[in-house]
Amino acid sequence: MGMAVPRSVWMWVLVVGAFALGAWAQSAGLIADILWRWEDIVFLARQHMQLVAISGGLAILVGVPLGILLSRPAMRRMAETLMQGLNVGTTIPTLAVLALSMTFLGIGTVPAIFALWIASLLPIVRNTYIGILEVPAALREAAQGMGMTNLQMLWRVELPNALWVIFAGIRTALAINVGTVPLAFLIGGGGLGELIFTGIALAETGMMLAGAIPTAILAVLTDFLVATVARFTVPRGVNPLAR
Amino acid sequence: MITLENVTKIFESPSGAITAVDHVSFEVPEGEICILLGPSGCGKTTTMKMVNRLIEKTGGKIFVDGKDIDDYDPVTLRRTMGYVIQQIGLFPNMTVEENIMVVPRLVGTPDAKARKRAAELLGMVALDPGIFLKRFPRELSGGQQQRVGVARALAADPPVLIMDEPFGAIDPINRETIQDEFLKMQANLKKTIMFVSHDIDEAVKMGDRIAIFREGRLEQYDRPDTVLAHPTNSFVREFVGGDRTLKRLRLVRVGDAMHPGAPYVFPEDRIGDAVARMHEYGHRSIVVLNREDMTPTGLIRLAEVEEARGSCGEHAMRLPGRVHVDADLRRAVSEMFTQDTTWLACVDSDGRFKGHITQRAITHLLGETYRHPNEGVVPDTRRQRGEAVLEPETGPIPGAPA
Amino acid sequence: METVSFIVQNIDVIVELAVEHLSIVAVAVGLAVLTGVPIGIAITQNRQVADTVLYVAAMVMTIPSIALFGLMIPILSLVGQGIGYVPAVIAVLLYSQLPIIRNTYTAINNVDPALREAARGMGMRPLQRLWRVEIPLAVPVIMAGVRVAVVINIGVTAIAAYIGAGGLGTLISRGISQTDDRQLIAGALAVSLLAIIADYGLLALQKKLTPRGLQV
Repeated sequence: MGMAVPRSVWMWVLVVGAFALGAWAQSAGLIADILWRWEDIVFLARQHMQLVAISGGLAILVGVPLGILLSRPAMRRMAETLMQGLNVGTTIPTLAVLALSMTFLGIGTVPAIFALWIASLLPIVRNTYIGILEVPAALREAAQGMGMTNLQMLWRVELPNALWVIFAGIRTALAINVGTVPLAFLIGGGGLGELIFTGIALAETGMMLAGAIPTAILAVLTDFLVATVARFTVPRGVNPLAR
Repeated sequence: MITLENVTKIFESPSGAITAVDHVSFEVPEGEICILLGPSGCGKTTTMKMVNRLIEKTGGKIFVDGKDIDDYDPVTLRRTMGYVIQQIGLFPNMTVEENIMVVPRLVGTPDAKARKRAAELLGMVALDPGIFLKRFPRELSGGQQQRVGVARALAADPPVLIMDEPFGAIDPINRETIQDEFLKMQANLKKTIMFVSHDIDEAVKMGDRIAIFREGRLEQYDRPDTVLAHPTNSFVREFVGGDRTLKRLRLVRVGDAMHPGAPYVFPEDRIGDAVARMHEYGHRSIVVLNREDMTPTGLIRLAEVEEARGSCGEHAMRLPGRVHVDADLRRAVSEMFTQDTTWLACVDSDGRFKGHITQRAITHLLGETYRHPNEGVVPDTRRQRGEAVLEPETGPIPGAPA
Repeated sequence: METVSFIVQNIDVIVELAVEHLSIVAVAVGLAVLTGVPIGIAITQNRQVADTVLYVAAMVMTIPSIALFGLMIPILSLVGQGIGYVPAVIAVLLYSQLPIIRNTYTAINNVDPALREAARGMGMRPLQRLWRVEIPLAVPVIMAGVRVAVVINIGVTAIAAYIGAGGLGTLISRGISQTDDRQLIAGALAVSLLAIIADYGLLALQKKLTPRGLQV
């Protein structure tokens, strides 16, 4: 284990790096510039998170039930075809999704939310479907043999055992979502993208960073939040993180 | 009691209809274990799954305790039967306790009662409730998981158990242990059990009755000893194996082939007494016992002491071997072969001398059924210990090395 | 209809942008393979380092691309490359690390211990084992990582048009700012098609690179 690097060393590298960056930013007057925009940042960050919450929430509300529905034996054949379509759909770049949404729905919050919703829907549906499908057949047989109805089997066996995979889908979806939200500004959806894109266009580094830094922080926080919720929601017996 | 009448299953497949189970009729009496045995694809599993309606039959009737299973809703029906499968299928998202409580909860048993029952059952399958109740399946070994699987099937105290190769995925050593424990449990519980297996040794060991299937047909349905001694056709004969008579050894306890009134002497006795006793019984050797605890310590051969003097202790030789009265005959024969002898002293759990068993008595007992094919079936004595079936010893002196 | 005629008329421009687009992705993912695969192999030696590297790579992955571009501008401006081709390539390079490192790491780690044992038993040295057993077995999985990286980064490169990197994103950005549906749709369709074709093409390649004995 000669090359074992303790975690604390990494922490130090990060902290020193952050300080160096901060010192440099200070000397360039960037920190003052960013703080001067504090009100804008807060306003836009709230708008930003609203977009995430609404489109992501709707994607979960629709995606999970849809995934469950597709996993029912009666839907099996249709589901396979649909999944192939969904797989193609996930390769489409989000900027293209936004652009297409704009050509059909115009500009504003609604087309932005619609595009974000579509982009995050796919991973959720797919993971819910696959998660349930991958529940071992033996569990299903045991559940059925013990006299569970299909609904009881879904609630007590299939969903709890698929939950980890479903959460992975939600995590991916929200990562895509949060990553795409800044682009929503381009079709009039608002959010922190406004500072970034305007900053780039006007070559104003301070404004651009005032958008970019909070965007990055919000993205990391959202990911952390979903991971934490998954960690505490998924039953201990099937949770790889709980030992 | 489970009764099958002309049960038939036809599967539709793209290449035409396939008859998986063909007019099968038999009955599993109350409190017995019936093993469904046969090569893969013979219809045994399909037959079993029709009983709890995981597979719907195409024709025929199935009655459980006299009631037609078609009169029930399948879900309700399944809750009245315990179900154990080879892959065990413990729900990984639930603790051991929750797994066992699944069916009680489904049928609305109060939680406190179900919890108490779970702890009780865990104890019954030899797992410490204090340690295992709150564990998750992934924290258990395969053998422990299967024990929990059995406990779970028993949770609602169903009169009927359906088991699909329940011990098939466990390593051979643990399998023996779990089988033994299960038999012990069954001796108290007296469930009516339908048990699928592909292992003839397991079938002989576990079954009160064996149903042998081939290509959807029931080839033979009998007690294990009858199946082994009198296979009805060449298929069954080949399936049970060329060593089928050896397998029968498993079915009889040493105590039932033992000669109970065997003579013995103590070390302090004079050698003349030993000689006299051997002559009296017509034996060529005699066992020497320790007077305090009646354990066999040695033996005296007639040929070597006829002219001798002194005490028995001085002339005692090493005892060639001993066997427990509750062991099966396979154990006894194995011991005889190991010791190169034709007889063994039989002892109880305290090591006390109970009698002796000879090769001849064993062959005689096993041969009985061939001499009187219609009546002389060896009773399955593991659970019904009756009178000794041995005739009085006649002919040459037993125990004499040939 | 308008859009169709626009596409037909400007097909040469579109193809040119597509080539530009692909070249950014190809160069960056190519570099990412050169860095990611060795890193992925190296971290199989130490669990703790592996966890840390994968954690950092995953964290980079969560940063929205436009924010990453934004963060890089002031830094790269110091060397006069704040916008354009270089930041685009660096961003793609960074985003490609996670799928490639992770897949390499997992693939090497998942090589059946029995095979490793057999290789050792036959007298292979660690490096021979890596070259003859572990890497050949890992190639399909690594390729899957490359494929994921390429698909993700075709999308990232589209956004890079906003920092002047060119590519098909140019059509979309112009379409949005000029509210010109023809350019917008042409750009969106072209970039989607590019992603889908790349996905299928790399899948075919992945199958081809899978040793025959491993193909299902």
